[in-house]
Amino acid sequence: MAISKDELFELLKLGFPDGEIKIDDLAGDNNHYAANIKSSKFKGKTRIQQHQMVYAALKGKMGNELHALALTTAEK
Amino acid sequence: MKEIHKKIEEIIKKNKVVLFMKGTPEMPQCGFSMTVCNILKQLKINFFSVNVLSDELVRQGIKEYSNWPTIPQLYVNGNFIGGCDIVKEMYEKDEIKKIIN
Repeated sequence: MAISKDELFELLKLGFPDGEIKIDDLAGDNNHYAANIKSSKFKGKTRIQQHQMVYAALKGKMGNELHALALTTAEK
Repeated sequence: MKEIHKKIEEIIKKNKVVLFMKGTPEMPQCGFSMTVCNILKQLKINFFSVNVLSDELVRQGIKEYSNWPTIPQLYVNGNFIGGCDIVKEMYEKDEIKKIIN
């Protein structure tokens, strides 16, 4: 029940092609990450919508393979 | 609407501030739930808490209800506010008191 940093990056990059994406592996266990994403796709969206877009990009992995993802999103 | 979603809606309509969390405010079972509890306590906001670990139906149901895959989830006046990251960000920007008042 884990996901590699590279795999996480690929999924996010696929969802946000113009995104500036920064990922930290918080615990070194492939299970607790922090991600910072800047994308033009977030424009005009509420925080909830922005995070929901990220979760959608992760295709159901959030809460399953991926236990913890601290998320900060911003418009680019 | 699914029965469990009706039940969830009833809870968040009946209580001004509701936190769906893992564990209880006295003994949170997950760091993210603990963070949100601490913020609410710090701001002296009374909240109704639901321990999703004691009810698997609620645990799944709440994720579908809000289209949000993780716990904790904070609701104010019947509206979904966000999870730990959003609540933390709002706390840092001093926005939580505003939505409660």
